[in-house]
Amino acid sequence: MGCGTSTTATKDKKSEKALKAALVIQNWYRGYSARLKTRQRYALTIFQSIEYADEQGQLQLSNFFSFMLENYAHVHEKDPELVNRFFGSSTQDSKDRQDYLGLIDVPDSYCGPRLQFPLTFTDIDVLIEAFKQQQILHAYYVLEVLFETRKVLKQMPNFTHTKTSPSKEITICGDLHGKLDDLFLIFYKNGLPSVSNPYVFNGDFVDRGRNSMEVLMILLVSFLVYPNDLHLNRGNHEDFMMNMRYGFTKEILHKYKLHGKKILQILEDVYTWLPIGTIIDNEILVIHGGISESTDLNLLHRIERNKMKSVLMSPIPIDGDRATEKKNKAGKAIAAWGMKTDGPFSEQLTKHEWEQVINILWSDPRGKRGCYPNTSRGGGCYFGPDITSKILNKYQLKMLVRSHECKPEGYEICHDGKVITVFSASNYYEEGSNRGAYIRMSSGTTPRFFQYQITKATCLRPLYQRVNAIESSAIRMLKERMISRKTDLIRAFQLQDRNKSGKLSMGQWAFSMENVLGLNLPWRSLSSHLVATDKDGNTDYMSSFQDIHIQKPVKEVQSTLIETVYRYRSDLQIIFNVIDSDHSGLISMEEFRSMWKLFKSHYSVRIDDSQFDELAERMDSNKDGSIDFNEFLKAFYVVHKFDKLSKSDTKLA
Amino acid sequence: MMPYSLKGSRSRPQREIGTIIRSLGCCPSEGELHDLIAEVEEEEPTGYIRYEKFLPVMTEVLLERRYRPIPEDILLRAFEVLDPAKRGFLSKEELIKYMTEEGEPFSQEEMEEMLSAAIDPESNTIHYKDYIAMMVIDEN
Repeated sequence: MGCGTSTTATKDKKSEKALKAALVIQNWYRGYSARLKTRQRYALTIFQSIEYADEQGQLQLSNFFSFMLENYAHVHEKDPELVNRFFGSSTQDSKDRQDYLGLIDVPDSYCGPRLQFPLTFTDIDVLIEAFKQQQILHAYYVLEVLFETRKVLKQMPNFTHTKTSPSKEITICGDLHGKLDDLFLIFYKNGLPSVSNPYVFNGDFVDRGRNSMEVLMILLVSFLVYPNDLHLNRGNHEDFMMNMRYGFTKEILHKYKLHGKKILQILEDVYTWLPIGTIIDNEILVIHGGISESTDLNLLHRIERNKMKSVLMSPIPIDGDRATEKKNKAGKAIAAWGMKTDGPFSEQLTKHEWEQVINILWSDPRGKRGCYPNTSRGGGCYFGPDITSKILNKYQLKMLVRSHECKPEGYEICHDGKVITVFSASNYYEEGSNRGAYIRMSSGTTPRFFQYQITKATCLRPLYQRVNAIESSAIRMLKERMISRKTDLIRAFQLQDRNKSGKLSMGQWAFSMENVLGLNLPWRSLSSHLVATDKDGNTDYMSSFQDIHIQKPVKEVQSTLIETVYRYRSDLQIIFNVIDSDHSGLISMEEFRSMWKLFKSHYSVRIDDSQFDELAERMDSNKDGSIDFNEFLKAFYVVHKFDKLSKSDTKLA
Repeated sequence: MMPYSLKGSRSRPQREIGTIIRSLGCCPSEGELHDLIAEVEEEEPTGYIRYEKFLPVMTEVLLERRYRPIPEDILLRAFEVLDPAKRGFLSKEELIKYMTEEGEPFSQEEMEEMLSAAIDPESNTIHYKDYIAMMVIDEN
C-alpha cells in the first residue's frame, strides 16, 4: 500500500499513526474500565456475603428462642403472651375488627390521605400522590387495609393461577424492600396496575428501605382494588421475625407511636395469608426464592399456609426419640403456663411441610449440579440446573421466575434459560450498587426486560466515582465485621504465627480471615484495603486493628465484653423486642440479667457475669430498675479513626 | 476465588471473560481477546466457559507476561498524536470521532462512560494530561 504521490504517503502515514494512537487509548481504557467493574463486583460480593451471614445469624436466633422457651420458665409466668408468639395462637382471628377500629379516631386536623371503602382506583392515586409528598397514612386506614386484605387473602388458594394473552401481558417485579422511588418509577414507566395491566410482586416488599409501610400500603390497596390482576407472593421478609431485625418493625413503631403495636399484630397474621406463589399460563412458576430436589407442588397446594407464622420458627418435632424428649420438656413448660398441650402443636405445620415452604422462600440457583444446603444464608438450599429440569418437567412447567438475590443488572438468566432472577430494588446496598429490573411477558413470546436505576442527582456521577463510593462503603462494613471478631481473629493469627513474628504469609492470613469470619470473599484481592503488607508479600496482621475500634460506653468494662455485645447487637435487639411485648422500649434489670445468662450459655460466650452486671448498672442511668435497650445498644458503635464522621452508620439491617 | 460465576451466568460470556482477563492486569486488544476466547470456548459454543479450561490458558498468559498494560507515557503520547496542534486538549467531537471510528471502535456505552469522567463540561473538551493523571491516582 505504498503507491501514489508523496502526499498520499504522508497522509497514509499520518492516519496509520492516528489508528495506532486510537488503539492504544482504547486498549488502555478497556483495561481500566474492566478493573473498575471488578472493584464494583468485589464490593457487591462483600455486601452480599455479609447480608447472607446475617441471615444465617437470624436462623441461629430462632434456635435460641426454642432453647429459651425450654429453659426459661419463669419469665413466662409473667408473660404468657410470649408463648403465644412462638407457638402461634389463633386468638388473632377472634379479635373483632371493631375492637381495633372502633377505638381509633381520625381527627379533622389530619391532612394525610383518606381512603374510601370499598376501595377504587382513585384511592391508589390518592395514596401515591400523598406518599410523593411524604405524608403518612393514618393508622386507622392502615388497619382497615390490613383487615380487609386478610379477609380477601383468606379466600385465595396457596398458588394463584393466572393467564396471559398476546394483548394482555403480565409484569413481574422482584424485591422492593421499602424502596418507594423504585415502585414509583416502575408505575411511571410501566403504568399503574389495572385489569389490562396485571402485575406479580414476588415478595420482599418490606425491610431495609425507609418506606416499607408506604410500599406495602400501595401494593395492598392495589390488590384490594384489583384482586384478580395484582398478585402478591410471600417473600422471606414477609415475616415478623425478619422485620424485627431488618428494620420494618422499627419503622412502624417510629411512624405509628400510638397504634404501632396493633398494626404489628395484625400484620403478622396478614403475612401468613399471602400466597406462596403464582403460576402463569400453567407454564411459568413465580416464587420468591427457589426450589429443592424434593419440592412437591401438590403438597404445597394443599398445606394450610397460614400456619407458617415465621419461617424462622421451626416446628418442634413430634416424632422421633430425641424429639419426644424435647416435646415433653416443652410440653411441661407449656402446661406450667396453663395452656393445653395438644393445642399448640396442631397450630403448626409438620416438619416436612415447613421445610417445603422454607425451600420455596430461601433457596438460590447455582451452576453446580445437585441440591445442597444453602450455607451462606443458613436456610433453603442451592439448586443446580439438573434440579430445575427435574422439577419443571415433573410439573410440566417451562420456566421458573424468582427473586431473592440482588443482581448488578437487576436480572439474571441461568440454568440454560429456565431460571430468571428479577430484582427490583435499584441501589440496594449503596447508591450505584446495582440496577433494578422488571419483566413483561405473555404466553408464546420471549420475556422482555426493563432496567432502571434511581439516582438522586440529575445526572449520574462518572463510573469511577460511583465505584469508589461503593467500594469504601463495603470495605468499611467489612472492617466493622473484623473488629467485632477481633479476639477470635487474633487468636487464629497467633496460632499460625509460630515464631511470634507478628507476620503471616498472605495465604495464612486469608485462611484465618475466611475461617473466623465465615465469609467467602476474594481475600487476597481485598488485602490491600484491610491489612499492611511488607515488600516480601507478608502481612502484618495486627495492622488491621489500628485505625478502628469500638467505642466503650463504660471505661472500666473489658474489651471482650464490648466486642461480644457489639457483635451480637442485632440479635440482642431482637431478643429484647420479643421480651418487651408491650413495645415500651424498656425491660427490667432482672429480665435483662436472666436473658443474658441464657444467651451466654446458648451462644457459648465466655464473659464474666460480674462484668455484665457492672455494664447493666451503668446503663440504667436513672436507677429505676429498667433499661432502655435501644439506648443500651446504641452506645456500642464503631469508631473509624480516619473518618470525618466519628460515628459509623451502623444500620442494623 | 473470583466473584464471577463462570458457569452460572449466561449473559455475554465474551464481555465477562474480557473483564476478568483485564482485571488480572492484562491488556489484550479486542482482536487478541477474541482469539483467546476461541481458545477456551467449548467445541459447541454453549455460551459458557469452563473454569478448568480457562485456568491453564490464563496461567500461561500471565507467566508469559503477554498483553502487558500500557505505560503512562505511551498513553500520553497517543493522545498527543491525536492533538497535532499541541493544544493540550481534544474536543469532544474529535475524541468521539477517533474512538468510535478508528482502531477497535468503542460502543456507545463505552464512549459515554469515558466521556462522563474525562470531559470538562464547560468547555466540552478533554484535557488529556489531567485525565491521565486522575486515572492513575485512582488506580493506585
